[in-house]
Amino acid sequence: MTKKIKNLNLNFGPQHPAAHGVLRLILELDGEVVEKADPHIGLLHRGTEKLIENKTYMQAVPYFDRLDYVAPMNQEHAFALAIEKILKIDVPVRAQFIRVIFCEIGRILSHILNVTTQALDVGALTPSLWGFEERETLMTFYERASGSRLHANYFRAGGVHQDLPASLEEDISKFCETFPKIIDDLENLLTDNRIFKQRNVDIGIVTKEDALDYSFTGVMIRGSGVPWDLRKSQPYDCYNQLDFKIPVGKNGDCYDRYLCRIEEMKESVSIIKQCLSKMEKGPIKSLDGKISPPSKKELKQSMEALIHHFKLFTEGYRVPKDEIYTAVEAPKGEFGVYLISDGSSKPYKCKIRAPGFSHLQSMDYLIKGHMLADVPAVLGSLDIVFGEVDR
Amino acid sequence: MNTLIELEKKINSELTTKIDQSKISHNQLYIEINKEDLIDVILFLKTNKDTKFRQLIDITAVDYPEELQRFKVVYLLLSHEFNQRIILSYSINENEVINSLTSIFPAANWMEREVFDMYGINFKDHPDLRRILTDYGFEGHPLRKDFPLTGHSEVRYSEDQKKVVNEPVKLEQNYRNFDYESPWEGTKYIKEQSENNDKKN
Repeated sequence: MTKKIKNLNLNFGPQHPAAHGVLRLILELDGEVVEKADPHIGLLHRGTEKLIENKTYMQAVPYFDRLDYVAPMNQEHAFALAIEKILKIDVPVRAQFIRVIFCEIGRILSHILNVTTQALDVGALTPSLWGFEERETLMTFYERASGSRLHANYFRAGGVHQDLPASLEEDISKFCETFPKIIDDLENLLTDNRIFKQRNVDIGIVTKEDALDYSFTGVMIRGSGVPWDLRKSQPYDCYNQLDFKIPVGKNGDCYDRYLCRIEEMKESVSIIKQCLSKMEKGPIKSLDGKISPPSKKELKQSMEALIHHFKLFTEGYRVPKDEIYTAVEAPKGEFGVYLISDGSSKPYKCKIRAPGFSHLQSMDYLIKGHMLADVPAVLGSLDIVFGEVDR
Repeated sequence: MNTLIELEKKINSELTTKIDQSKISHNQLYIEINKEDLIDVILFLKTNKDTKFRQLIDITAVDYPEELQRFKVVYLLLSHEFNQRIILSYSINENEVINSLTSIFPAANWMEREVFDMYGINFKDHPDLRRILTDYGFEGHPLRKDFPLTGHSEVRYSEDQKKVVNEPVKLEQNYRNFDYESPWEGTKYIKEQSENNDKKN
């Protein structure tokens, strides 16, 4: 007698805690082995690109916070750089340092979340409890600078919205002293942990060639041994004045990517320290009244400032006709903005290149032949946030 | 290739007639090609030892409704070896079908699905051309300029039918598009316009 065996189709998500948001993954299983994975995305699609086309450049900034909501300011950075390049305006030195500090804080925020939730997915609870305490401290820094823990809306074309409040610099530098200890604690829990290694080593291996073909960027490509980081290769703002290393993996598996993220956090701390020591007092946004809104004091005394203020917050500044692609090294990879301006005060087109989008599409390639239990481990190491994948 | 100028020369001399136009700006090379030559040009850029554009960063389209050829399709490529970026583009008509890059770059799969979803551009030989970002059963192509910002239908849970229903969008207040650039002409409201039209009819 013969038994007929049929492959099982399994719906993973969209309400599964290990799906990191609203991913619906349709898995075809042969026993416990995954034969095929088909991710269905778009459950968090909000039409960001369409909305941006209908807003002035300044009004469009908050939409970028809502993409990768784990590291909001990194996204704003790409948009601000794109406008600055078209308008050909210079950013004051202090503003550059402030932006880099907050981008690196964003990187730490994102990596803590990823490393600890990846550990959670494979069974370790404690790291997330320890890590989230630090995230809370970092988000307080966000709040003190911008007024908001998550949706900062802080970067502007030509600088940042306002200067850092008193004593924030000292508090950030105090944090830089204590945080490496926390990274060590996390590493003590995970790096040599038998279970963590069993679940991650040799899982989801990406070769160099495939990493290039699948448009991997950020940690995903560095984990496979390609030393590519936009902060080094195409430096923006003041990254070329800073000294930092690019951690690179060897085997391209989930474990190497975890190690890269841990090392990157240490480098970020060192970048923040360097910025704090090099930073001097000075203006924090472009002095061009046609781009940056005037201060409250000027507003009360100068007619010109009043006119500028009125024009900036009704019509907004106009950006000459041009086309540009700018990219930054966001925590998850290359985050790019392809901006087309038509001379009006609203973008004609603003395509957002989210790193998670191309990482998630390789799910089928990564998971084929692995066990069902490896799905959360691979998904965790891809570092997916649905705000940016679905846009 | 060390500089973008050398790269531009090299591409123009190797591909001659396949390149319509090329320019360098913002430290990036912009080239316009013919629609038919897409595969040849991409293969050349990917494999030639002096270009090595090994990564396809993104594919997108731009809608110019008033122009003769409505869509401009854009490909962003990156070369790690020479640290250069190329923005490749060509224009097509509304109902034209274009070649898919999925056989050269597996990453093109979702990118082309997104262009299809957002602009309704069809790709030849694409293995799996489904909608990707919009809802199951969605109609229309949202990033076309003639698609309204508010969309056509809204979704809600109906207490009577005990299920989620789609209905035409009803707005309590008009979407107001202030035109600050010509303040003396005032604004035109969509609702008022349509009411006037109704009266005429």
